[in-house]
Amino acid sequence: MNNTHIKIATKDLNLFYGDNHAVKNINIRIEEKNVTALIGPSGCGKSTFLKTLNRMNDLIPYVRITGDVYFEDLDVYKDYDIVELRKRIGMVFQKPNPFPMSIYDNVAYGPRIHGIKAKETLDEIVKNSLEKAALWEEVKDRLKQNALGLSGGQQQRLCIARVLAVEPEVILMDEPTSALDPLATLKIEDLVHELRNNYTIIIVTHNMQQAARISDQTAFFLHGEIVEYGATEKIFRVPEDKRTEDYITGRFG
Amino acid sequence: MKQRRIKEIIQKSFIWLCTFITVAALAWIVIYIIANGFEHLNLDFIFSEYKGGKNGILPMILSTVYVAFLSVIIATPIGIGAALYLVEYAKPGKLLYLVRFATETLAGIPSIIYGLFGFIFFVTILKFSFSLLSGALTLSIMVLPTVIRTTEEALKCVPVSYREGSLALGATKFQTIRGVVLPSAIPGILTAVILSIGRIVGETAAVYLTAGMVTRFPDSIMDSGRTLSVHLYVLAKEGISFEEAFATATILIITVALINLATNKAAGRLKRRYEP
Amino acid sequence: MNRVCNPISADLEYGTQQKRFRLRNLKEHIAEGLLLLCAFLAVLSLLIIATYIFYSGVPIFGKVGFKEIVFGMTWKPLEDMFGIFPMIAASLLATIGAVAFGATVGLMTAVFLAELAPLWLSKVIRPAIELLAGIPSVVYGFFGLIVIVPLIDKYFGGGGNSLLAAIIILGVMILPTIVSISETSLRSVPIEYKEGSLALGASQLQTIFKVSIPAARSGIAAGIILGMGRAIGETMAVILVIGNTPQLPGSLLDRARTLTSNIAIEMSYAQGLHQEALFATGVVLFVFIMILNIVLTTIFRKAGEEK
Repeated sequence: MNNTHIKIATKDLNLFYGDNHAVKNINIRIEEKNVTALIGPSGCGKSTFLKTLNRMNDLIPYVRITGDVYFEDLDVYKDYDIVELRKRIGMVFQKPNPFPMSIYDNVAYGPRIHGIKAKETLDEIVKNSLEKAALWEEVKDRLKQNALGLSGGQQQRLCIARVLAVEPEVILMDEPTSALDPLATLKIEDLVHELRNNYTIIIVTHNMQQAARISDQTAFFLHGEIVEYGATEKIFRVPEDKRTEDYITGRFG
Repeated sequence: MKQRRIKEIIQKSFIWLCTFITVAALAWIVIYIIANGFEHLNLDFIFSEYKGGKNGILPMILSTVYVAFLSVIIATPIGIGAALYLVEYAKPGKLLYLVRFATETLAGIPSIIYGLFGFIFFVTILKFSFSLLSGALTLSIMVLPTVIRTTEEALKCVPVSYREGSLALGATKFQTIRGVVLPSAIPGILTAVILSIGRIVGETAAVYLTAGMVTRFPDSIMDSGRTLSVHLYVLAKEGISFEEAFATATILIITVALINLATNKAAGRLKRRYEP
Repeated sequence: MNRVCNPISADLEYGTQQKRFRLRNLKEHIAEGLLLLCAFLAVLSLLIIATYIFYSGVPIFGKVGFKEIVFGMTWKPLEDMFGIFPMIAASLLATIGAVAFGATVGLMTAVFLAELAPLWLSKVIRPAIELLAGIPSVVYGFFGLIVIVPLIDKYFGGGGNSLLAAIIILGVMILPTIVSISETSLRSVPIEYKEGSLALGASQLQTIFKVSIPAARSGIAAGIILGMGRAIGETMAVILVIGNTPQLPGSLLDRARTLTSNIAIEMSYAQGLHQEALFATGVVLFVFIMILNIVLTTIFRKAGEEK
């Protein structure tokens, strides 16, 4: 544990929606090139917590945040330019949200807004990203077709390719398979497995088998707090906290 | 029981009667005008000038097209900009309320008031005289609420997830608007433009006090010109020629029908886009 | 992560990056400013319009007298008599008449389309009504001139150019507005309301009149007010059929002149005080429209609160 690099850390992080205290005193250290799963019943604050990491909560009015979030030892809310931050911390959403444009343009969107114009470079990035997202073989002959014509699973992999195209260091995934069928879910899980070698991945999931299958570290959220955080194997085999055990064995949630 | 049945029959017949009146009024107006107008409608009428022995309406068609084009060019960018501000930037509060109030009031002002205003402001004070420009400027204010409102609706239809997706990639707000939001709203914006054209083509009171009613071919936007609706008004009011009036009215009705068709097409495309 | 070792080059890099961010943020602010300007242009337009209309139309109230204009019975601009009461009366009468006709027929048509019509029939009627909404008002006027006026003359006498002709034309003109807005609000009445009523043994028609229409009343009222605005503001269609004599109409068959037609007819040649009087006519019209608008916003706000 000592020589691993801490990519993201939070210190006494709290988040309020108006009067609702949604995230309470979170202190967590997330390792580089690891898959960290956030589990817990719905409404436990895990998605909200995830969105504080790339400041997507800034979009919601009446949100108040106290405490600190560090990314590479710098404060996310003070030291970073928000656009730069989001470029380095990518995000995949619950429901696939490809833009209503061609598959190619979807992947090229990020590089383009960050100033890459040369056609060859873009072609290269699109191909690479789609390959990394395990989608290239399926779509290489119809890159000009509208992305909304793809299946749900393909759309989600396209969204992952879209994130990869801007070369982030961290990828946040907010229940990325909750809208997909089991086969498509499996493909995404395989993909996450591949990606862990090069990216730091934080994934929110409802599905405990999924967390057990793909993650190295697991954090269990309950009522806005982290009840237990540690190696996935340990959390699932010998949880320390009774509440974690109850949740994992399906006694509530 | 029996009394209630009789009452219901009377009520139901009244509803049917009213619907019949609505439909019959429409059918009567449209059929009557087209039936009388069609026989006078020919290529020579549409494509010749209005001078010498000729009484063609080509100059009026051109003036209408110029005025409509100019107005749309002026009103569309401003209207889209305003709608973008209202939907994407404005926070609930005084400013939003003020702009909303202004657009609603502008939408309710009768066209003759626009005419009056255009006459005193553009024609007299700014010295644009009776010209296509004066007419277009006046009409562009008149259609501004239509453009703003329709575009606003279209922007509100663009799913939040598109904006989130773009912002999460590190796009700025304006990049998101330009790259994702606006392109997604294009069919709605198209609807706004078509609706505006419809209003401009049908407008009379505001145009004839600002663009005048000269029947020549307009050489430039500083020339006075007579739009089709104004032409119909003059023909009917002065009793010059009812045949020409019928034919002109027929062209106006056909134009409106085409515009409605185009609007429905555009709106249909918008709807399809967001339905899986 | 490999940190940059040379602190000077790191600082340099940091500096250029900051500059890039600042430039980009500046662009963002400019874009937002431009959009705000567009939104503000709408407010500015209204302000300029209101200012000029009032600036040109209000002074004459001081010169001639408010009472002499608003309640004056005689319009003889060449003799400096600018009484527009007959026009106010004609505008109001024509509007009331048109709305009485349009609201009744329009609401019933909306009921038919929303509640009774089979799908195929409403699919035919709805686009037809949209077409009716798009037809230029001058075409309505022309139709009135060529069909309605002679019919009135034939059956009632008096030449046909009359308040009645204006009422008929305006009534038909505002039908589409009332029908489409009423239909929309009738359709948005929650189905539970209707089911509740039907389950109590009420008939379909009882449900419509006792439940649906009251539930949709704010939408229906809004449609009627909008129609009213259209009627009072209409110009060209009215000019062609109303006769335009500036007199207080004694009956439906009398000729009359509305506020709008007063402006449209005389504006092109009016000078001096006469022109001011026409602007004063515009001011009166403007005030009427503002009142309607305030009523309308109140209704919408109420409807919003109810939901």
